[in-house]
Amino acid sequence: MMSFISYLLNGLSLGSVYAIIALGYTMVYGIAKMLNFAHGDILMVGGYAAFIALNSLGLPVPVSVLVSMVVCTLLGITIEKVAYKPLRKANSLSVLITAIGVSYLLQNLAQLIFTANPKSFSSFVGIEPIKLAGGQLTVSGETVVTIFTCVIIVAGLVTFINKTKAGQAMLAVSEDKGAATLMGVDVNGTISLTFAIGSALAAIGGILLCSAYPTLTPTTGAMPGIKAFVAAVLGGIGSIPGAFIGGIILGVLENLAKAYISSKLSDAIVFSVLIIVLLVKPTGILGKKIMEKV
Amino acid sequence: MDKVIAEKKKITRSNLITFAMVIIAYIVVEIMINTGNVSSLFKGLLVPLCIYSILAVSLNLVVGISGELSLGHAGFMCIGAFASSTWSMIMKSTSMPEGLRFFIAIVIGAVTAAFFGFLIGIPVLRLKGDYLAIVTLAFGEIIKNLVNALYFGIDANGPHFSLEDSMHLNMDGGTIIIKGAQGITGTPKNSNFTIGVVLLLIVLFIVLNLINSRTGRAVMAIRDNRIAAESVGLNATKFKLLAFTISAAIAGVGGVLYAHNLSSLQALPKNFGYNQSIMILVFVVMGGIGNIRGSVVAAVVLTVLPELLRGLSDYRMLIYAVVLILMMLCTSAPSWIQYRERIMMSLGKNKKVNGKESN
Repeated sequence: MMSFISYLLNGLSLGSVYAIIALGYTMVYGIAKMLNFAHGDILMVGGYAAFIALNSLGLPVPVSVLVSMVVCTLLGITIEKVAYKPLRKANSLSVLITAIGVSYLLQNLAQLIFTANPKSFSSFVGIEPIKLAGGQLTVSGETVVTIFTCVIIVAGLVTFINKTKAGQAMLAVSEDKGAATLMGVDVNGTISLTFAIGSALAAIGGILLCSAYPTLTPTTGAMPGIKAFVAAVLGGIGSIPGAFIGGIILGVLENLAKAYISSKLSDAIVFSVLIIVLLVKPTGILGKKIMEKV
Repeated sequence: MDKVIAEKKKITRSNLITFAMVIIAYIVVEIMINTGNVSSLFKGLLVPLCIYSILAVSLNLVVGISGELSLGHAGFMCIGAFASSTWSMIMKSTSMPEGLRFFIAIVIGAVTAAFFGFLIGIPVLRLKGDYLAIVTLAFGEIIKNLVNALYFGIDANGPHFSLEDSMHLNMDGGTIIIKGAQGITGTPKNSNFTIGVVLLLIVLFIVLNLINSRTGRAVMAIRDNRIAAESVGLNATKFKLLAFTISAAIAGVGGVLYAHNLSSLQALPKNFGYNQSIMILVFVVMGGIGNIRGSVVAAVVLTVLPELLRGLSDYRMLIYAVVLILMMLCTSAPSWIQYRERIMMSLGKNKKVNGKESN
């Protein structure tokens, strides 16, 4: 029983990381209607930025996190301005390929600068493991911090979107760009803001991921990026609570499948669940159904 | 009526150009090999060129002609590779002639991949757009994952399967063919450039004829407007499934070539993962969606390009990425297209002005 709870907690922690990354995916998709394949690589850049700030520059932990977030935010906005904005009216496939190109670019730049050798990432969390149930259950500090961070971020984001003017502008732009422009919403600014928030979240996700799994390579972001993307689709892409639920489900499922079914087949099981969910509910768990007009 | 005949003639001519292009390329390369002008590096690239061309044509059938975004094409390649490789390993010790064995291997690869394409296609093709893309990506990853965990052996009692390890096969002597993550080692090297080109020509023949047939026109009609196509009595699911299955079979043939080109076959993220599927998609988009000849050209250029840049060692993939982004911006971004047209116009004007002055 204790081992089950332990697996569950690890799953929740991994799921929280997926959820944080998935939020970025889902926000960008909601507003720009594009699959930002480079999102996982922004996460990797965030990891490297934090690594350098902490280990090479010797900055304290909160400052390092901030540095990493600023780097990713600037990177996200730049990518949007240079690569995605000119293609806003082009067909979705060319945007997809451009995003893939950006992903290759970031991975290879990182490889050039930091080499392919893995960097051992020292944890950003200074909390001692907590022992529960008379020492039978040990919960690492990373697990606690990750889960709390995720809950705070989701709550904050939902409030931001529903209560602030900028958040309402995001909703308006994702619904109808033309109508939003007519209402005086700054569409370009709103899209930039979305990319900025998504990228800053990716930085946090990257730091938490590397704290839990302490190896950092130029391809660190690729698989978590895809998994987070799957989480976003599972929850219903474009929906913020959906990304949270999808991420948690994915993380818990992956850890339990690894523990109880087969460690080798965990990915296959996770992806099978995605397929089954989409076949039953083709727009994801919390996705909206859009009627097709003739 | 004359218009229709003229149109048909145009299509035939365009198809003939495609075939001629491949054949001429083949002859030129063969002459270069025989006169010793080809480096060993380039020789090693010849079969992969055929493989990627075949895969690009196959994916273009789904993305371009049928209009569905698929990100799991490497999965079908993986199925074709492992199915045919298993056959070749079983038959390696028998007295079956090599040519016949390889021919059957190709058929097995194509049929198995088609079978899985059909099975996957039934549920998947109900979805649309980005959802279809993510589900095909998921299927590709599942296939890779399962193959990586699969153990398969054969002994006097028949075949044995296991998803655990080689101990669980309960083998009574015999040989283990697929060893989980280690894959298959010792597949006979039957692929060569000539076979690759012949297969590419056959694939082109099938796909080009399909596109210009009644079936192909039905598939394209469904792509352009599903509701209108259904209202004139076309069964959308049937035609989409047909295109998807044929495409899977062709990808399987690419996998057969791949498996018989290397002595060891493993399902890695690099060769059968989503990265490979995306690479193939890049060929299709770069070559022009729906343009079969373009797919072949793009596959060749984009496979040779990183090798040509090998002198730049560390920078080559970086340059490749930049080229990819710039190409997309140049061909698809409205502002860039406008800018390009303005330059072309001003060039044209200058010519006219110059012409007048010289008069």
